[in-house]
Amino acid sequence: MKIIVLAKHAPDPESEISVASDGKSVSQSGLVYDINDWDRYAVEEAIRIKEERDGEVVVVGVGTSCDDTLRKCLAMGADRAIKIPVDTSFDAYQTAEVIKEALKDEEFDIIMAGLMSQDLNNAQVGVLLAAMLDLPVATAVAEMKVEDGKVIAKRELEGGYLEEVELPTPCVLTIQSGINEPRYVSIMGIKRAKSKEMKEVNVSPTISTLEIEKMYLPPVKKAEMIEGDASEIAEKLIAIFKERGLI
Amino acid sequence: MKVFCIAEYRFDELNPLSIEILNLANQIKGDGTAEAVVIGKDVGKYAEELVKYADRVWKVEDDALENYTPDLYVDVLLQLVEKENPDLILVGNTSQGSEFAPYLAAKLNAPLATDVVAVDTSDGVKVSRYLMQGKLMVDLKLKSTPCVLTIRQGIFKEGSEVGGEIVDAGIKPSRESKRKFISYIEPEVGEVDITQADIIVSVGRGIEDASNIELAEELAELLGGVVAGSRPVIDNGWLPKDRQVGISGKVVKPKLYLALGISGAFQHVMGMKDSELIIAINKDPEAPIFGVAHYGVVADLFDVVPELIDKLKELKG
Repeated sequence: MKIIVLAKHAPDPESEISVASDGKSVSQSGLVYDINDWDRYAVEEAIRIKEERDGEVVVVGVGTSCDDTLRKCLAMGADRAIKIPVDTSFDAYQTAEVIKEALKDEEFDIIMAGLMSQDLNNAQVGVLLAAMLDLPVATAVAEMKVEDGKVIAKRELEGGYLEEVELPTPCVLTIQSGINEPRYVSIMGIKRAKSKEMKEVNVSPTISTLEIEKMYLPPVKKAEMIEGDASEIAEKLIAIFKERGLI
Repeated sequence: MKVFCIAEYRFDELNPLSIEILNLANQIKGDGTAEAVVIGKDVGKYAEELVKYADRVWKVEDDALENYTPDLYVDVLLQLVEKENPDLILVGNTSQGSEFAPYLAAKLNAPLATDVVAVDTSDGVKVSRYLMQGKLMVDLKLKSTPCVLTIRQGIFKEGSEVGGEIVDAGIKPSRESKRKFISYIEPEVGEVDITQADIIVSVGRGIEDASNIELAEELAELLGGVVAGSRPVIDNGWLPKDRQVGISGKVVKPKLYLALGISGAFQHVMGMKDSELIIAINKDPEAPIFGVAHYGVVADLFDVVPELIDKLKELKG
């Protein structure tokens, strides 16, 4: 069983976010990068399947500075990495296109990706890639079981419901967070990762379907802010509870 | 502009978002038409509902379409789009829509924008959407038509009735689906039904560790409420799945929703925004939760909550 996992080196939205001076991109100052949270679950799931059924996990990263994330995936237990050192734009087609090109010579059973990226929240690359490769797809997979030649997946729907579906392999799955508990990277894992292959594949995107006009802080209806030290804040909250008849 | 809106239903009910995207279509169609497409085995009743808000409703019916699969939805939509040449294809940004829409877009070589909250068609197609979990917005220009957009729920609720015609599209799937539907699985029922609680103390990533849930439990008990959580808390296994507030969890409308260390991702907000009173405590002054809360506190919850517990205990003697 050979599994390809897409892992994005992505800024954490919990870090300091602002717009760059060009007004069209996110300022890099204050950004903390790590493996995209959803992809972490995808990597873990792939490694678990490999541990159960043997085979290979190949992690793919797009971007000139995605090495740390690829190394982290190798340290978690992926067998080798493919780095596509090109900074694709906001246009997810470009990301899907370069991944498709880089995977040209790889035969695989499953491609897994996180449901979405933590920075752009587009939820597009996995499905676009499936369509480009003409493969069946299931998104927001919250539970999965691999059998010979097929995958039984439970997809997350709204309101706590799941949908159980069956897909033949090869197929593409996008993974919902919470499907497993991703392992910590051990010191041994980091040591082993150093000797694992990280191959660079140079491809450039040719597609361009959209352009960024501007990026800005969203207009928000601001809450009435309560200030003071912890004790004063607690007093004020209690006064609100009383006023509303909640206590 | 000819705008196609792909309808969605589940468990015998039309998704209200299908009407919302028709409302949007009517706003942006100009001299064109807002046309709904409904796909399934027997979709007449959905077509009747949709046609109130549409210039035309296309019914695509076949036994093989009884259960949604992305392959067959894309297969029949490609046939219909080729025949009818819409400029814009609107899809709900749901578990279903966000699955087949990118696939359809790729097969059409069409520009795609997901989770869109505003559309402007006065000069080409421009859309607005959030990124960075709601902390930034971006305006995008889509370079060609047709284009495919998935639309966020709850934005286009207002609209007026149009009243059009229902047309049988006469389109059948051209192949079998590779993906098979097996079944729907109902959510498990837990001990506590958070949808019935008047007071909810809800915790997010800011609670930091499973052992800190106790703090929220203590506060909830003093207030006569229950503890719920946002997605990261459930993913970490700190609270059971049936305590999750949000699109993929429960929708709650308590008298008090106390959000502790919750950033306010859209998926969470959709599950609690209609609460009577929302109070948010978060260290990050830019947290989107302050955009939906009535009262906000920029502070460490571990400073404020123990004070609150002490004072409530004093009060109760």
